[in-house]
Amino acid sequence: MNAVFGYIGVYFLRFLHESGRISILFGQTIFLIFRPPFNIREALSQMEEIGVRSIPVVVITSAFTGMVLALQTFTGFKRFNAETLVGTVVALSVTRELGPVLTGLMVSGRVGSAMAAELGTMRVTEQIDALYTLATNPVKYLVVPRFLASLVMVPVLVVFADVIGIMGGYFVSVKVLGTNPTVYIRRTWDYMELSDIYSGLLKACIFGMIMAIISCYQGFYTEGGAEGVGKATTRAVVLSCLVILISNYFITAILF
Amino acid sequence: MIGDTSVKIKVVDLHKSFGKNYVLRGINLTVNKGESMVVIGGSGVGKSVLIKCVIGLIKPDSGSIGIDGQEITSLKEGSLNEIRKKFGMLFQAGALFDSLSVWENVGFGLKHHTSLGDGEIKAIAVEKLGLLGLRSVEDLMPSELSGGMRKRVSLARAIAMEPEILLYDEPTTGLDPIMADAINDLIVQMRKKLEVTSIAITHDMVSAYKIADRIAMLYEGKIIEVGTPKQIRESSNAIVQQFIQGKAEGPIKAR
Repeated sequence: MNAVFGYIGVYFLRFLHESGRISILFGQTIFLIFRPPFNIREALSQMEEIGVRSIPVVVITSAFTGMVLALQTFTGFKRFNAETLVGTVVALSVTRELGPVLTGLMVSGRVGSAMAAELGTMRVTEQIDALYTLATNPVKYLVVPRFLASLVMVPVLVVFADVIGIMGGYFVSVKVLGTNPTVYIRRTWDYMELSDIYSGLLKACIFGMIMAIISCYQGFYTEGGAEGVGKATTRAVVLSCLVILISNYFITAILF
Repeated sequence: MIGDTSVKIKVVDLHKSFGKNYVLRGINLTVNKGESMVVIGGSGVGKSVLIKCVIGLIKPDSGSIGIDGQEITSLKEGSLNEIRKKFGMLFQAGALFDSLSVWENVGFGLKHHTSLGDGEIKAIAVEKLGLLGLRSVEDLMPSELSGGMRKRVSLARAIAMEPEILLYDEPTTGLDPIMADAINDLIVQMRKKLEVTSIAITHDMVSAYKIADRIAMLYEGKIIEVGTPKQIRESSNAIVQQFIQGKAEGPIKAR
């Protein structure tokens, strides 16, 4: 019995320790964003990597999600003759929930893993130490551009996801299930408010920050050679996804 | 002694442990201006930890480190960065930035700490690379270089800002004997040309004899003997003798 409490205690302490260090890294990052010099070139190249190169993944994910959503909702709503409301459901689900969450998860998998692996490799090959010896702050040089680029580009990707997801739902409803296009579009617009989109974009900003800071943290404090880089990469993706899903509930419950 | 201008680096009673691993147990070491100090010792005795403490990469648990009479162990990151501008460091595996080309690596400090343009930085980088016998490599990426070239590029990066102190982390490890000797020659030349103070850590005795003004032996977390190469060679300490002759039997147990 004591051993069980021992384990719980150890894990709880480790959890507090890690949360503390992530918070410190987050604080440093925010502080350093506003301190010159500003490395705009690096931030832009990260924006290309995080944003532009993630478009295909996000487009495919959201297109098929919108499509399957239309299919499923249609099956259910048909049972009480509410097929015309499929457009409303698709639009609200995608903008408020599925767009930001799925984009956050896909970007964590694609970009978070790359960040952790790159920074982790730099740590174990002493490149991060080398930055210190060249009187450069590695948090400023490595973490800040990745953080800023994620903060800006994840919401942009979510806009893509929203548009493509709604188009996917429209395509299935109109072309496959034979819904009247005019009715579908009117039902989509009638019940959607601007706040649905805003709330999704706010979530996207938060998910972008979570993904960037957790992945950079895992990479930045990697220990133990190639194996350590592998573990850091896995942890970055798993932890980013979990924190995104958990925080998603609380953001929704508190703000909307 | 703090006011003594001939002392460049002064380490007093330095302690550092990682968890249960008590690595440095009271290091005392003084390096004079323009001197080449070589710290020898077995693998895992904390040689790297010692020089990483000197440049502020690792914070010691207790003790003091003075650079030009200024205490650095209590400095915050910002002022530490100012001190680090006096340093250049050669890492064991080079630690070149893979995402930057060779000249951008060499010119990294110049780009971040001076207002020079890319053209001027590249010219300086090419000049420093030339000093180390590297020609027309400036546009290559680090992954295209051999081990010996990586070390020389890393050395070029370390000297690009014309530091007062150079730290060498195992400069000859992993190189063939000829390349190792070439690196030793470069280190000796650097000292003559740039008049830098340096600390090198190594377990390669050939290299130590060649580049050292004085040699210090690190054993069980302490400096057990300091002296000129000649004094070390003639040391009466059995531990030192075992190490410099490279014998498996003796007071030091192979781990």
